[in-house]
Amino acid sequence: MAVKTDPEQKQEQRLERALRKYKGKPGVLIAALQEAQEIFGYLPRKVLIRVANKLTIPLSEVYSVVSFYSFFSTVPTARHRLEVCLGTACYVQGAETLLRDLQDLCGTGPGKSAAESPFSITTTRCVGACGAAPIVKIGEELHGEMTAEKLPRLLEELEKQ
Amino acid sequence: MAKIRLWIDHREMEVEEESTVLEAARRAGIDIPTLCYLKDLNAPAACRVCLVQVEGKPTMDASCVLPVSEGMRVRTNTPEVLAARKEMIELLLSDHPFECLTCERNLNCELQRLAKRYGIRDIFIEGSRNHFPIDDLSPSVVREPDKCIRCRRCLAICEYYQAVGIYRMVERSFNAIVGPAYNGSLMETPCIYCGQCITVCPTGALHEQDSTARVWEALRDPHLHVVVQTAPSIRSSIGEEFGYPVGTPVAGQMIAALRRLGFDRVFDDCFGADVTVMEEATELIERLERGGPFPQFTSCCPSWVRFCELFYPEYTKNLSEVKSPQQIFGALAKTYYAREAGIDPARIFVVSIMPCVSKKYELLRPEMSDSGYRDVDAELTTREFAQMLFQAGIDLRKLPEEEFDDPLGSASGAGIIFGSTGGVMEAALRTAYEWVTGEELKDVEFPQVRSDKYKDAEIEMGDLRLKVAVARGTGEARRLIEALKKGQKEYHFVEVMACPAGCVGGGGQPIYIETDDWNEQVAHRSRRSGGLYRLDRQAEHRRSHKNPAVIKLYRDFLGRPGSEKAHRLLHTGYLSRRLYSPEPLPKKEHKQKVPL
Repeated sequence: MAVKTDPEQKQEQRLERALRKYKGKPGVLIAALQEAQEIFGYLPRKVLIRVANKLTIPLSEVYSVVSFYSFFSTVPTARHRLEVCLGTACYVQGAETLLRDLQDLCGTGPGKSAAESPFSITTTRCVGACGAAPIVKIGEELHGEMTAEKLPRLLEELEKQ
Repeated sequence: MAKIRLWIDHREMEVEEESTVLEAARRAGIDIPTLCYLKDLNAPAACRVCLVQVEGKPTMDASCVLPVSEGMRVRTNTPEVLAARKEMIELLLSDHPFECLTCERNLNCELQRLAKRYGIRDIFIEGSRNHFPIDDLSPSVVREPDKCIRCRRCLAICEYYQAVGIYRMVERSFNAIVGPAYNGSLMETPCIYCGQCITVCPTGALHEQDSTARVWEALRDPHLHVVVQTAPSIRSSIGEEFGYPVGTPVAGQMIAALRRLGFDRVFDDCFGADVTVMEEATELIERLERGGPFPQFTSCCPSWVRFCELFYPEYTKNLSEVKSPQQIFGALAKTYYAREAGIDPARIFVVSIMPCVSKKYELLRPEMSDSGYRDVDAELTTREFAQMLFQAGIDLRKLPEEEFDDPLGSASGAGIIFGSTGGVMEAALRTAYEWVTGEELKDVEFPQVRSDKYKDAEIEMGDLRLKVAVARGTGEARRLIEALKKGQKEYHFVEVMACPAGCVGGGGQPIYIETDDWNEQVAHRSRRSGGLYRLDRQAEHRRSHKNPAVIKLYRDFLGRPGSEKAHRLLHTGYLSRRLYSPEPLPKKEHKQKVPL
């Protein structure tokens, strides 16, 4: 068995505490998953199994929710999580081309992250800032009126952080 | 209940307020096709083939979920409605493999039947097709997601009837599929292999692991001595495949058919059931003397045993330690029968014919080898058995009635009713009653434990009031255990069968697609029990301990019930099991059966 490193142990303890809080309460699955994703950065299989067993919810149900909402990721997300909004307003403002350009620049695709890349790209639906479409969301920050030309500069700055 | 007046196809009618348009139409004899619908179990309005037009509404509605309303005018068969339904069927077919000729459900498929009924001759819808890996890793159930039409019936039965819940809608939009987490293998899940999902699947997306090839191979091998045991319920269900009315007992013809297939000996699993009763009644009396642990749970049903191991490991000590009739038979075939017949047990190949897909899993449990060999080598479901007969051109209707072989072929009526819900309980009571009280039963029937519904009863046995219960479906078992935990219920002896109506409604039985009403489906399966109770009434012996073949077995071989030898061969133990596999199992790439 692999020896668990300290940060891993800490993550597991945090998950344990979080799940204790939700156990036995109805309608807590999404909240529990959000917290779990915050702790681990993504939702690996072992975490979903832990959530299912602790909350006594079938794993199929847990996975059904995780695979439905694009907010949840089952693969490791990189240091910088870029979300391209594909909501209607962003879409008509060329978000799809923007997404492709961004993927070309980073060499990754939605839901996939090249292990060595510091960027992961996912798509999202309407972040509620349609006036500034198209939007790229990085962490909690919204970057509006994004264009292919602005992208290299944006990535450079992120990499410096 | 208040009544609603409405018109369907210009016919005025009054129906209960809570009805759907589909129900109202059916009551008036108007047929509307359905595919995903299973009344009282599943109505997700997913397939859209039950579309109707409500006058004054711009769009059509799925009638299975459309509530009736006062003054409503509905049309079910205008050219527009029929064209819309046809388009729905074409949409389903546009993402469905055209493998009908090689599909398990060929000529017994609800989608195929609907395509025929609507005269689909071409699919005008073009576009991507989904392609998912096939899951044939489990010993019992095979999933071919490419054939799934997302009706969710498997989800409903697994969640609501069995309270196991391995299926959900997973992934999104075009990739959405009904499956286990990660659309992974059933082997990664707490699937109990009951196969009820198979019996309600409208297509061939779910079916059993094929064992016919292995059995043909054994029958072809001149060095093997191939013996077969038939489960109690087969004699009253195999007839359906040959056009007999449901529940007709055809034991004699079934035996004749097995001889013609080439089995060296045709034995009766009901004999194994009689031995199960001897051991299980003994165990019950021991528990009564020791004071527990109570209740004693029956352990004949491998899906129920697996459910208990997975979800209630703290109750495995309550499971009877006695093996199921299939495994008792196997262990005795390779020891007792081998000795009596003077045949090397290494040469004996034991086939069982069961109403069950879980028995394929049970026979593979590593501990089921107390004879020194794999106790049972292969299991065929009722459907697979019928398949072999069709292939061999053997028609039950043209056969004479024959008798089982000795020494594992004579059974009591008690052994025969094992195939019905409450049957194991009743069989055990007939023996336990006489052993506990020392009196002979005037009437061997216990109608208190015969029912389609959850049933509990108190049986007076001398000074003892034995509290018993009969549950079917692991959902009912789960509710029962939760009540035990809270101290709301107390029993001495509980029978649990995972399938509706017991083994007669098993996951390996003929698939009946003539109804989309779950209660009618269960009623159909229950009718198979009628044949078993009839055979019991006609039986020479109706109590397991009075069966001369059983008496001989104990006299010549086992000693007494519960003896050291009986323990070694006929008893077993249980494990606590992990619900989910921590790592995914490798997936097999689905070979296209018919290259497109």
